[in-house]
Amino acid sequence: MGQTITEKILANHAGKKEVFPGELIFVNLDFILTNDITGPLAIKEFENIGIDKVFDPEKIALIPDHSTPNKDIKSAQQSKIIREFARKYNIKYYYELGRVGIEHALLPEEGLILPGDCIIGADSHTCTYGALGAFSTGVGSTDLAYAMALNEIWLKVPESIKFVYYGKLSKWVTGKDVILYTIGKIGVDGARYKAMEFTGEIIRNLPMSDRLTICNMAVEAGGKNGIIEPDEITLEYVKDRAKRDFKVYKSDLDASYSKVYEWDLTKLEPVVAFPHLPSNTKVISEIGKDIYIDQAYIGSCTNGRIEDLRIAAKILKGHKVNPNVRLIVTPATPNIYMQAMKEGLLEIFLEAGASITPPSCGPCLGGHLGVLAEGEKAIATTNRNFVGRMGHPKSEVYLSNPAVAAASAVLGRIAAPWEVEVKE
Amino acid sequence: MIFRGKALKYGDNIDTDAIIPARYLNTTDPKELAEHCMEDLDPEFKNKVKEKDILVVGENFGCGSSREHAPISIKASGVKCILAKSFARIFYRNAINMGLPILEIPSVIDKINEGDELEVDFDNGVVKNLTTGETFETLPFPPLIQELIQKGGLMNFAKERLKGGKL
Repeated sequence: MGQTITEKILANHAGKKEVFPGELIFVNLDFILTNDITGPLAIKEFENIGIDKVFDPEKIALIPDHSTPNKDIKSAQQSKIIREFARKYNIKYYYELGRVGIEHALLPEEGLILPGDCIIGADSHTCTYGALGAFSTGVGSTDLAYAMALNEIWLKVPESIKFVYYGKLSKWVTGKDVILYTIGKIGVDGARYKAMEFTGEIIRNLPMSDRLTICNMAVEAGGKNGIIEPDEITLEYVKDRAKRDFKVYKSDLDASYSKVYEWDLTKLEPVVAFPHLPSNTKVISEIGKDIYIDQAYIGSCTNGRIEDLRIAAKILKGHKVNPNVRLIVTPATPNIYMQAMKEGLLEIFLEAGASITPPSCGPCLGGHLGVLAEGEKAIATTNRNFVGRMGHPKSEVYLSNPAVAAASAVLGRIAAPWEVEVKE
Repeated sequence: MIFRGKALKYGDNIDTDAIIPARYLNTTDPKELAEHCMEDLDPEFKNKVKEKDILVVGENFGCGSSREHAPISIKASGVKCILAKSFARIFYRNAINMGLPILEIPSVIDKINEGDELEVDFDNGVVKNLTTGETFETLPFPPLIQELIQKGGLMNFAKERLKGGKL
């Protein structure tokens, strides 16, 4: 019986020839990460164990990206716990403000996550790295504390679901739309506890940025991990970044899947998820021209990469943000920020009347840098639109790709990208 | 482990932003987190849980973020255990790792009304609805998870593992 890519990576890291869905195993880890929300709890747990060193200070990333730049005194205290722990235990990959980026954009960019890796992170969007052909999943702080001490984690081997996408995506349709479409079809628990393996000609033709966006949102369908087999595009992405050896795994042709979904997405339009679930989706032509917004947000671990900013800039160039709208743009990492500056994207955003924030998760989770008031509506390129996600419990979040968010910022309502004239 | 208490019911897809909103994540203090547990979903939660301390919920409970602040705030609110149709996976492992008793019993949830008196026997996987007189049985946890629960969570196991212990 053949094995899926997920099963092969897990078997290899469990020291077994093969593993089977449902089996409980311990796996060794190649890299682990935590942030300023989950990190302090993990550190508290770690220090309760009573040991004086971490398993390997070169396999841990501490990334204070959520409440930074420190939004208040309590958050500053949380960041300080991380900083002091990093110094005490000589953690190699601690990222101080100015060098810190949104964790799931930062680590692949730094070449710290590679094909074939087995990764855990105390952040639900750790599933992002499956785009590189790694097994990667989000866990809590206690798991992370345990892994800092022992470099392993207990896992149940997930069943795999295969998603095969045929056809060619239309203009303005991106990886974000592919994953929103998928979650809309299967629901927010449609892949609960499962591995989501994304494949087909659409995936093969997508650049890494879109693949990262797709795997990023596997958790929004309840998935344990999202994963894409490495190909030339993956290898091209990692070849100058990789800081260690890696191994490419592929699913066997006779691997077994609990379900296979096959969709032709040639006619897919940009997708918007309505409040208050990522599965509450409509395509743009189904949406009336009367959903007025107070804020548009372009950023996050889902859509804050340079490719996303280029799309937004293409729409915004020569236009002004609607007087009733606040547009907030967050380049996800310092490198992306720098690149956006060199390409003149920041100038386009500022001329349009946008506000540019430092790299931070702040707005996405209603932390800081753009919190919504009672009754306000936002369109956001983020991953979740739960009640109160970006601020007041009576505010609303609509999820979209960067082109829709940018067009909506210009027109003051949820709008299709083709409603705004592109000025070259 | 046997718990007795009254049922406090909520629906499907209760997410971690509803359990503990991000605006309160600048602390790890269980008492402080408990003050705000579920407040956007049900401002009366804090008072209700004093009388009804077994949470009975629908599908995909705890979906969303990995924040362990969510099970911590629930436990510190005085909730004894959670029965659900299903749990989101990170919440599931967080609860087990920190020793908050949970049970997935999809077919039973709709047969429990808010305020029903329940007895939950985790060792044998038996739930009794003392109000209606019905008894339900479920599969016990796999051995590894049972052992984690018996040891009082993952950190106690870590201490043994560092001395060469195995499950």
